[in-house]
Amino acid sequence: MTGNQALFEYLLHRGDNALILAQRLGEWCGHAHQLESDIALTNVALDQMGQARMLLTEAGRVEAKGRSEDDLAFFRVEREFRNALLVEVDNGDFARTITRQFLFDIFQFHTLKALRQSENEFLVGFATKSLKEVTYHRTLSTDWMKRLGDGTALSHDKMQDAINVLWEYTPELFDITEGDAVLTKAGIIPDMEAIKLAWNEEVRSVIAEATLEIPNTLGYEARGGRIGHHTEHMGYILAEMQYLPRTMPEAKW
Amino acid sequence: MINTPDSPQGNLWEVFIQAKPGIPHKHAGSLHAVDAESALLSARDVYTRRGEGMSIWVVPSHEIVASTEAEADSFFDPADDKVYRHPTFYEVPEGVKYL
Repeated sequence: MTGNQALFEYLLHRGDNALILAQRLGEWCGHAHQLESDIALTNVALDQMGQARMLLTEAGRVEAKGRSEDDLAFFRVEREFRNALLVEVDNGDFARTITRQFLFDIFQFHTLKALRQSENEFLVGFATKSLKEVTYHRTLSTDWMKRLGDGTALSHDKMQDAINVLWEYTPELFDITEGDAVLTKAGIIPDMEAIKLAWNEEVRSVIAEATLEIPNTLGYEARGGRIGHHTEHMGYILAEMQYLPRTMPEAKW
Repeated sequence: MINTPDSPQGNLWEVFIQAKPGIPHKHAGSLHAVDAESALLSARDVYTRRGEGMSIWVVPSHEIVASTEAEADSFFDPADDKVYRHPTFYEVPEGVKYL
């Protein structure tokens, strides 16, 4: 695998993470428990969408086959998406959405911090800009974790249920492909082992403070996103997201 | 940490935003939140999405002491007939410099 191919795959992976999470969070628009949370979640969705646009545009440029951000977002099929499974898990209730967000925010936060030292100029610029947004996302979701985990008996149970469902999706975040290994060696992407350590430390400390527990998943880990093997949810997400541009490819708005 | 807010949505808070350093915080609107921290986060999300501000105050609405309509006459009418309190009341004599 050439360096360019590896970089294309990596940009696609990161871009798809942001794109699919934005799509998921956008589903909350008009449905959250109060206007304030509704706007907060959709703000995060818009930030993720902005990141997806930058990453997919750059992926298209690196690939050099003339594909735009829209081509990549709307005209790939399920097997061609490279996002981690965590971001496509269904929203469930607010507890599950905020827990998924928390687990992902901490991952993004530490990855972006490290990416600022990348040898790749685009990734440095991207990480510097996005880190400000993600730092806020992290504050927001950490606040909710503690508030609901250490809240009422009911909110505590809902949060524990959410962690029980989501925990098995977290190891995949730190997987490295053959291409990633090439990029790591070249100093283009950070060492995922270090990110995993930082993530573990922070996530476990917040979960403990929220009086919640890490579930025993009996060693089961859900993965497959990096090779295009997705959950049963993915087809529905793409159907909704891609319907319009596939029906009217020239539509402008 | 269990709160007993006025409503299931939390208490009402008033939001004040400062647009630039040195100028006063202006009332932007209100929102519901269960405590000060979440009020501040929500204020950021609801009222500063388009670069409106650089500093936020949130104040519990019930802490604000307001004048009532019944008091309006005694509060404000006396100012109406005191034109000499406005600088435009005074004519500047010809030839006065450095005023």
